[in-house]
Amino acid sequence: MNFRTFAAFVGPSVFMMLLFIAFPLVSVFKQSFYVTQPIYETVEKETCTPGFLTQSCVTEKVSQPKLDEHGEIITQTQYVGLQSYRNVLEPERAWRAISDGSWHVLSTINFWKALRFTLTFTLITLPLVVGCGLGIAILINNAARSIRGPVIFVSLLPFIITPVIGVLSINWLFRGDGILTAMMEWWLNRDIALFAQAWTIEILMMLYRVWHVAPFAAIIFYAGLQTVNQDSLESAVIDGATRWQRLKYIVIPHLMPLIIFVSMIHLMDSYRVFEEIVGFSSQGYVISLQWLTFDYLTPDQAGNRSISRASANSMLTMIGVVILLILPLRRTWRDHKGGH
Amino acid sequence: MSSRALRQPFGLRLTSNIFLALWCLIAAFPIFWIVVMSFKSPVDAFDSNALNVIFGPATLGVGKGLSLLDIILGIAVIWATVVIATKKLPSMVKSYTRPEQEWFGWVIGALVVLVGFLLAFFVVLPAVLNVLNPWFGPLGQDVLGLTTEHYKTVWIDRGFSNNFKNSLIVTTGVVTVSLTVGTLAGYGLARSGSTLAFWILIVALVFRALPHSVLVAGYLPVFINSAEWLAPILGENAPTLYGKPFAVIAVLVAINQPFTIWMLRSFFQNIPAELDEAARVDGCSHFQAFRRVIMPVMWPGVITTGLFSFLLAYNDFLVTALLLDAQNQTMVPAIVGMFNRETTTTDQVVAVAAAVSITAPLIFLVLIFQRQIVSGLTAGAVKG
Repeated sequence: MNFRTFAAFVGPSVFMMLLFIAFPLVSVFKQSFYVTQPIYETVEKETCTPGFLTQSCVTEKVSQPKLDEHGEIITQTQYVGLQSYRNVLEPERAWRAISDGSWHVLSTINFWKALRFTLTFTLITLPLVVGCGLGIAILINNAARSIRGPVIFVSLLPFIITPVIGVLSINWLFRGDGILTAMMEWWLNRDIALFAQAWTIEILMMLYRVWHVAPFAAIIFYAGLQTVNQDSLESAVIDGATRWQRLKYIVIPHLMPLIIFVSMIHLMDSYRVFEEIVGFSSQGYVISLQWLTFDYLTPDQAGNRSISRASANSMLTMIGVVILLILPLRRTWRDHKGGH
Repeated sequence: MSSRALRQPFGLRLTSNIFLALWCLIAAFPIFWIVVMSFKSPVDAFDSNALNVIFGPATLGVGKGLSLLDIILGIAVIWATVVIATKKLPSMVKSYTRPEQEWFGWVIGALVVLVGFLLAFFVVLPAVLNVLNPWFGPLGQDVLGLTTEHYKTVWIDRGFSNNFKNSLIVTTGVVTVSLTVGTLAGYGLARSGSTLAFWILIVALVFRALPHSVLVAGYLPVFINSAEWLAPILGENAPTLYGKPFAVIAVLVAINQPFTIWMLRSFFQNIPAELDEAARVDGCSHFQAFRRVIMPVMWPGVITTGLFSFLLAYNDFLVTALLLDAQNQTMVPAIVGMFNRETTTTDQVVAVAAAVSITAPLIFLVLIFQRQIVSGLTAGAVKG
């Protein structure tokens, strides 16, 4: 296939990715160094209150946004260097908190709070997803052939459901005196409020994520289990290997590429954790990096979006993505070079 | 497990199946539960006693309920529909249509079954039951509280149908455009071993990992001010891209492109290259080979990828919530809005009903396309 045909086939797709992914990235990078805000002017304003005999008048200086001839607010864009990054990171306060060893103060800064949760969430759910996925795959593989289809159907439901709706459905089971909270209260014989502190919300979020992603891992591992070499399993039995040894020395090494694949996908996706915050409406207690950008982008009461802060926060989030991708990309690059 | 050596003892099989049943319960329970809740009056739906939620005494109290006879006949109608759809429909479609137009027959057949079911279930059945129930004494008495009023509130009073329409526009647009663009690119990438193709794939992989909010942060200022900077090109009628469904379609297609081209590429790699080489020897250009030889055999991969594009567009919250205004809102942000805004339990149950309405199509999708979804998941894993 010569270059021109290749370009004709790939062109539209590359064009769309450049226009809607690469270009926004560049513009986010640029925005993070600029701030757009209304120009304020100071005007003297006289306010008079009617009084007996004479009005009492007060003159004060008020700063108000300048308006152009259409009555719209004039804005100006200004280069501010790293100011937005400083606003997001609050380095002095963060540094003081770290040197005091006071975790509480550090977690009052949104960015660090979000980073802490995002990382904990990613690292705790990863082994759970791989473990549960592997377990479910083995269970499905053990089941009679006739029930596998329906079981896979049921297993796919948590994976296919709209994430926000999935979170909400878990939320409704636990919120207030939802039936599962009521059940736990009855069992432990004490009052439980799951949405009144951060750590219980975090546990619920992780439970949701495992429920949502484990089926995906299970389907992939199940497909991998179909290709395990039956002869080597059989010879292992004859050599006296226990079930556990067979799993450890034959099945898991065979599934290793798939385990790496699932882990990679899961790392990428759970680093973007977002829907959980919305569905549990937990912004008072727990926030994530992507939610923070979303929050900066949502108009506040005055209708302003803090675009530059959102951009700075996005660029900081990107650093994590890059770190996450370095290892697999190096591997792919080596494979590619080895392949030629 | 063909070999005797690998046969498992009865105890192990039993434990394994018990755990599997437990997993199925965990997987299905939250979804099943919101379905149950959506049909109850608010008092029942948020009752802390599970049995009250299922049987709904308060719902029964206001005279909304089903008798045993209702339940039996209702199940009978559903069962009959399933039997017709799975046993009769395939053979009827085969006998009435020519082989090349079979898909058309399927569309017509499915529509007929759907309309028939809706008529039988919601028009004929209630009328018949109204007459029958008083005749059957205890069998005709209401035992299970059930009300559809929340669905009526959502779809008719709250204008959810408008959100549905917007979702439909966005998903249809995303699936069509991303498949058209992605199929071409996937084919090109699968058949070219060049370093450029490799780099495109790697960059696509990096793009796939990007948090979507990063991209939206890039779009927002541009979209809001688009009337200004588009004016030199389009003149007076330059649109503000913010709040326009077509702008969201373009954004979602682009976000979905990396995944689409990786998946389609792996499907195209499974189609032997000898096939298009043979066509090229016979004098076809690359495009003719693609159109006449590859297109007829590529449908399984395209359908699978289309399903995943559909899911992305249908499930998206972040992009649609930030880039669409209130008039053009799609379903997911609308539901989140309901959930966050409403404080009374009635409104919460209305939000539950909306959540069930948006989940039902997905469940049907899995029911129909289970094999394609599974093959799509594994294709990405084995090749990617």
